[in-house]
Amino acid sequence: MANGTIAVSPHTAEVDFYNVRTKHKGILSWLLTIDHKRIGIMYLFAVVFFFLVAMTIGVFMRLEMLTPGETIMKPQTYNSLFTLHGVIMIFLFIIPAVPAVFGNFFLPIQLGAQDVQFPKLNLLSWYLYVIGAVLALTSLFSGGGIMDTGWTFYVPYSIRTTTNVSLSVFAAFVLGFATILTGLNFITTIHRLRCPGMTWFRMPLFAWALYATSWIQVLATPVIGITLILIILERAFGIGIFDPALGGDPLLYQHMFWIYSHPAVYIMILPAMGVVSEIIPTFSKKAIFGYVPIAISSLGIALVGYLVWGHHMFSSGISDTSRVIFSLLTFFVALPSGIKIFNWVATMYKGSIEVTAPMLYVLLFIFIFSIGGLTGLSLGALNTDLHLTDTYFVVAHFHYVMFGGMGIIFFAALHYWFPKMFGKMYNEKVAKTAAIWIGIGFNMLYFPMFIMGYLGQPRRYYDYLPEFQKYHIFSTVGSWVLVSGILIMYINLAIALKRGKKAPDNPWGGTTLEWKTSSPPIMENFKEIPTVTTGPYDHSNMESQEVKK
Amino acid sequence: MRPNIVDQVDQTFWLITGISIILLLIITIAMLYFVYKYNRKRHPVAENIEGNTTLEIVWTIIPVILVLIMFFVSWSGFKNMRDVPKDAMVVSVTGQMWKWTFEYDNKKKSDTLFLPANKDVKFEIKSVDVNHSFYLPAFRTKEDAIPGRVNHYWIRTNEPAVYYAACAEYCGLNHSYMYAPVIVIPEKKFIEWKNYTPPDTTKSVTTVTKTDSLKTDTLKTGNVNSLNKDSLKTGNVKTDSLKKNSGKKDTVNTK
Repeated sequence: MANGTIAVSPHTAEVDFYNVRTKHKGILSWLLTIDHKRIGIMYLFAVVFFFLVAMTIGVFMRLEMLTPGETIMKPQTYNSLFTLHGVIMIFLFIIPAVPAVFGNFFLPIQLGAQDVQFPKLNLLSWYLYVIGAVLALTSLFSGGGIMDTGWTFYVPYSIRTTTNVSLSVFAAFVLGFATILTGLNFITTIHRLRCPGMTWFRMPLFAWALYATSWIQVLATPVIGITLILIILERAFGIGIFDPALGGDPLLYQHMFWIYSHPAVYIMILPAMGVVSEIIPTFSKKAIFGYVPIAISSLGIALVGYLVWGHHMFSSGISDTSRVIFSLLTFFVALPSGIKIFNWVATMYKGSIEVTAPMLYVLLFIFIFSIGGLTGLSLGALNTDLHLTDTYFVVAHFHYVMFGGMGIIFFAALHYWFPKMFGKMYNEKVAKTAAIWIGIGFNMLYFPMFIMGYLGQPRRYYDYLPEFQKYHIFSTVGSWVLVSGILIMYINLAIALKRGKKAPDNPWGGTTLEWKTSSPPIMENFKEIPTVTTGPYDHSNMESQEVKK
Repeated sequence: MRPNIVDQVDQTFWLITGISIILLLIITIAMLYFVYKYNRKRHPVAENIEGNTTLEIVWTIIPVILVLIMFFVSWSGFKNMRDVPKDAMVVSVTGQMWKWTFEYDNKKKSDTLFLPANKDVKFEIKSVDVNHSFYLPAFRTKEDAIPGRVNHYWIRTNEPAVYYAACAEYCGLNHSYMYAPVIVIPEKKFIEWKNYTPPDTTKSVTTVTKTDSLKTDTLKTGNVNSLNKDSLKTGNVKTDSLKKNSGKKDTVNTK
């Protein structure tokens, strides 16, 4: 990447945001930037780094599972690794990935704005993210050793363990502020900075998804902040909120944790759903089917998503009445996601479909995410959940939903917007090959876990009964296939970054506003503020600029 | 005769899974068919369809009906799981890092869960340190062991067989070794085993009326979680009579 030193007048509107002359030079032009695009790029490199770290940990965990008993590590190491894998993936990758990277970069452009409403706050969010990440890394090498509580930090274990829980939990607390501020910024941006003609129902669905997500971020994240601080206070001073030995209640912790963490699941998946709603119309060359139902279902998910946290606690001993109510609500929260899937598939009907790499990832997503969502029904059902909860069935389910949903769509978004973000084209053939490897590896890795869970293999087990070994072997081999696919994908993109052909402004024939500016965009995004007269996916006047091969 | 919990869980699971497989096939086949049929090479110009209200209503109503069916089926199974038979034998289950202890109504303690065949058994589940979960995969159910609370569930045993109990809530270093053998034996043998006690604690069997009232007491308190600590204390105070009681009950049962 260029470092902003090319001698062109800063007011020349033709210069892209990498090369525009800024107040600061070199590395400072990044670290002190308030440009939403640069902040988005900085987030991108941070989340990809942490994804690779957590993925590597996952590979070691699967390796340990290859044989019963000790394969490559001791139980304490394994317990720390699955905790780290979860904490890094969730707090440092899944939650920020789509909103902080692609939301930051594309939300203002899609709205026809020059930046987010509060650019300095935006930079502060990035620093909070980095500080949180540094604190999390510091906790690994200080105190009583690597945290071993699982990413849920359940009390009383998290209060009693001698490992370094307090610092890790504090890191998650700081990361929460980054999330809240980003959410606040996006809500304000959407309310205030839409360009002339951009009515609510002319907004791209990605913006709608981010809008719903941001409200959850702002309203739910404070709850986890308080909860985590209470853990730290409990550990330091024994105040007796959660520890029954001091008159506290462990179930109170579970309620508070899931009041945040269930809506957080939708913080993770809603932005990904927004990306899907962008990619399918572009590569089907037609308007999205059911714009309004998709937009409204995002808000529906956000709203009902608040009311279903109890389904994480069906076996915890909460009252039978509350279990019934939570179960019913859980079945209803499944509906908006189903409606979205039907509308996406219907969008392809009578379209003119081109299966490019981003589209291939989306097709993969629809298959995998459907499995994830449908297996969730058995976990929302009262009697089957008591058998399946806390087994590998749950592990499989949430990897199908989170990785298969959000992770795969992160890859899709990366391929969809890569030409716009970096002004370069990648090798399409290699990108598709990687997607197919990822699809095969993913299902090999996680599908056997459904079977193991149904047969009674509990999760977070260092060791297992010999009867499960055949499934574990299959799953571990799957992890190798998956990881090789992911590495091929990233290497392909890294090569494109260095040597890719120059990307045209609109390589896919997209209709939303980001395709109407240059690749990469200029500093102020547009030469003049655009005026919108149609819906976001109007292909009637589109002449797709095919990539010159 | 009540429906069997294991069958109900499996039936609910396969009902939901069956419906899910059909839905997954519809979605996937439609998607792949569209990708093939409306490929840009075959179908260069898209038709602009922006939506269809009838379809939206149809694919909202049908899933609503489907999830309501799933909900009611699972709810009826759940009611059966929570409605403990009045005459179920009570076993107290205590989790601690990292073993299970089972205590019977005559205060007999064991690391192995011996159960009589073809009987209803209620487990009262406690923990002395951190959260655990008492999971019986073969009986398709679990409930967490949480310090300061008493959770419960019941099962009906079948013919004699050997199973295992596992801990399903992460509890630290040896979480994955927290198994206990579950051995279902003929009732007669079970009673022999349960009543085998070291010689110094043998007592004569008397005061039948007194022990009967005690039995109902413990059952009642067992249903009210908040009262349990107290009832446990009373249980401790009246240990002797409890033993007599179980002795008496056993002789009745063996007939």
